[in-house]
Amino acid sequence: MPEDIVLEMRGITKEFPGIVANDHVSFELARGEVHALLGENGAGKSTLMNILYGLYKADAGEIVLRGKPVTFTSAKDAIEAGIGMVHQHFMLIPVMTVAENIVLGNEPVREGLLLDEAGAEQRVRELSHQFGLAVDPSALVSQITVGQQQRVEILKALYRGADVLILDEPTAVLTPQEASELFGIIRSLQADGKSIIFISHKLNEVLEIADRITVLRRGKTIETVLREGATQESLAKAMVGREVLLRVDKPPAQPGETLLEVEDLHVVDDRGIEKVSGVSFAVRAGEIVGIAGVDGNGQSELIDAITGLRRLQSGAVRVAGRECVHASPRQMLDAGVGHIPEDRQRRGLVLEFTIAENIALHDYAEPPDAKWGWLFPSRLVERARVLIKQFDVRGGGPLTRAGGLSGGNQQKVVAAREIARDPKVLIAAQPTRGLDVGAIEYLHRRLVEERDEGRAILLISLELDEILSLSDRILVLYEGRIAGEHEGEVSEEQIGLEMLGGRREAA
Amino acid sequence: MTEPTGPNLPPESPEEAAATGTLASRISLRQRSGGIVVPVLTAVVAFLLGGAVVAATGHNPLRTYNDIFNGAGLNWFAHPTTDTALTAPYNLSQTLLQTTTLILTGLAVAFAFRCGLFNIGGQGQYFVGLFVANWIGTSWVTMASGPHILIGILAAAAAGAIWAGIAGFLKATVGAHEVISTIMLNWIAIWVGTYLFGKGGPLQNSQNSAVPISNDVVDKARLPVFWGDQVLQGVHIGFFIALAALVVFWLVLNRTTLGYEVRAVGFNPEAAAYGGISVSKNVIRAMAISGAFAGLAGGLDMLGYLYRIGVSDIPVSAVGFLGIAVALLGRNTAVGVGLGAFLFGALLFGTTHGLQSGAIDPQLASNLTYIIQGLIVLFVGADILILYLWNTRRRLWRKAQA
Repeated sequence: MPEDIVLEMRGITKEFPGIVANDHVSFELARGEVHALLGENGAGKSTLMNILYGLYKADAGEIVLRGKPVTFTSAKDAIEAGIGMVHQHFMLIPVMTVAENIVLGNEPVREGLLLDEAGAEQRVRELSHQFGLAVDPSALVSQITVGQQQRVEILKALYRGADVLILDEPTAVLTPQEASELFGIIRSLQADGKSIIFISHKLNEVLEIADRITVLRRGKTIETVLREGATQESLAKAMVGREVLLRVDKPPAQPGETLLEVEDLHVVDDRGIEKVSGVSFAVRAGEIVGIAGVDGNGQSELIDAITGLRRLQSGAVRVAGRECVHASPRQMLDAGVGHIPEDRQRRGLVLEFTIAENIALHDYAEPPDAKWGWLFPSRLVERARVLIKQFDVRGGGPLTRAGGLSGGNQQKVVAAREIARDPKVLIAAQPTRGLDVGAIEYLHRRLVEERDEGRAILLISLELDEILSLSDRILVLYEGRIAGEHEGEVSEEQIGLEMLGGRREAA
Repeated sequence: MTEPTGPNLPPESPEEAAATGTLASRISLRQRSGGIVVPVLTAVVAFLLGGAVVAATGHNPLRTYNDIFNGAGLNWFAHPTTDTALTAPYNLSQTLLQTTTLILTGLAVAFAFRCGLFNIGGQGQYFVGLFVANWIGTSWVTMASGPHILIGILAAAAAGAIWAGIAGFLKATVGAHEVISTIMLNWIAIWVGTYLFGKGGPLQNSQNSAVPISNDVVDKARLPVFWGDQVLQGVHIGFFIALAALVVFWLVLNRTTLGYEVRAVGFNPEAAAYGGISVSKNVIRAMAISGAFAGLAGGLDMLGYLYRIGVSDIPVSAVGFLGIAVALLGRNTAVGVGLGAFLFGALLFGTTHGLQSGAIDPQLASNLTYIIQGLIVLFVGADILILYLWNTRRRLWRKAQA
């Protein structure tokens, strides 16, 4: 590795009440290097970077920047020292132009007090030319794509003179095409001598872009490895602490009768804007149909309409041949639709309820849980005990509050409840969002098993990898319409194109 | 250094030792475990501050509290006697009468709370129960005693249920916030009462059209008194009905599917809807059940010891609002509401009619009840502060010992 070390973090320790987020973490960054920080949710990646960016103060350890020890008490200190950070959620002002956003806080002025707009745009144009970051300086931020907004964030950091750039999960919001464009940008920044810290939990990306990879697990540095010689398997093992099966073992589907049929569905959102415009598809017993798409293209409204949580404007939903138009959530449950919702904490669970009470959420009023309106808590507990064992829920018993479980175990409780009802149709919306590799592995295997049990499974996910590895058929949702349908082998690029409506973003 | 075990420091419970989470998670743990520390501290601090107010006005707080204690008849526990002609047992019986009312108005607030609703309308629901019970108790004079009482009580509860149900219905259908609509319904109840019993009103005294007061509930419709004299406001069997209501409250919430729905909606309406539970149905139903408790309070008061109501009594009554403090202090649990109601019942009588004090002006004493009530409502909203002070004290104690 190059000897020219820009940044060194040594023995960083940060404790929050009840948890050691960083435990003597060490990290170094060379000039012109892309160094990936890899770890599961809660491994301590963000804490470490927030310490570097001056947002948190470390309890112990030191930061050495260009050979000199530094202490940052605010992000302003870090920015002045040449550190820039692009957060997962952008911090841009939508009603202002690209140039105005970039110079914000450090505006060029003319005649002492007026904003030098031409100067600002000129400076932004120079920067964007220098690093190959194509954006129109005079466009409003609200009118450019997410990928372009990210470039604006990067330009903002460069404008402030950053030569160490922290990118926090930068591809989470991007389509595959946008992601590969981002990688191009990263390489040109690298060629220019910038050093980049790339935070991610996606193994393939890290192997594609990083020179070195540091793996964090439960607040500790596990290892720092060169990209050469590292494999997805070796990195996953370091992340999780055990061997992980990354590929989903999936025998070919044996589709049977049609169990879910959606016909010319039109749905509007809370503001009355049409979000689903004439969607039709069918899911058969024993197959997984995946719906791909960028967030906000009508996925939530589609799910809500199928499950009875939102009224549909027109169209038809049939479950096992039975017409279910304007059915209530209760009627859809009774028709045999199971639903793993996209937000388990807001919708899938009553966090204050015990696991046993949560498992009874659909059936609390039916025997054996209840009779004539009388509830039998001991029977709830009995049923929960069986399912906890069957679905390998860890971290609590039937009387543990659901809110006290980890995300993966919460999701297992939801899955246990939905699958135990023996649904004909199972709708899994982002079933592995925010989960660690081990839990993802479990849920993916489970979904394939349920498919082979003869259920019709509708998988909605923003993770293209998940869609590709699980689905027997793939539909692409774009602006409320089906923009593509695929059976069998299909390339990531093709689906990525359709996710953008077939139009490629102007570079 | 050994762990201090001074008289001021209760030994650390294992549960507390296990709790290593954030302050908020510790608070929620304590709340879930039905911890009694915070409500007791809340009450103690409120009493201390109330005492400070007494001292600031130049009176002796210790003597004042002692007089209130005796005024509430709590000294009876030292020398029990059943002869209610004596002061202590009489005062205690009056405290129990107030407790009866406050248990039910407290439950009215607590039940709605468990469904995520803030029922400020206990006062109005209490009034309609009072009015309806008066109407039934003064009508149908030929009816047999048992059915007459039963109909009177049930009608009062139903009236309260309808009154609160209106607010629930408005919330479920057009989204009108229950706090606003229940406050409005309080005023409607007040003016309806003023009309009904006012001069020329339909329920005004039929003997003397000069006084704005109702007829008296007929003897047969009055609740049996089991302690004391009916003429001197003895304790009626409604006391046991209130105690039974506490049990019913607990059973309904924890052992019925209705209670399951109420709690699910109260904790997370979106998850409840996803689970197949109708949120609007539960909002209406929970408000109605809440109102039934308050209406029942009115019915029992009317048939139990008031027997009549005057227009001038209406603006003075505050038992519905005291129910809010009772529920908050009792953490919306059955046991908590029972204890809270007894505390406020004692304060209510001990600072007014029961008070025979040279230490404090009776007017100031009755205001003391409302000062303490206000402080308790304030503090329950400020649990975090109380717990913080409690923990700091503990830490300082340890430090001092080290």
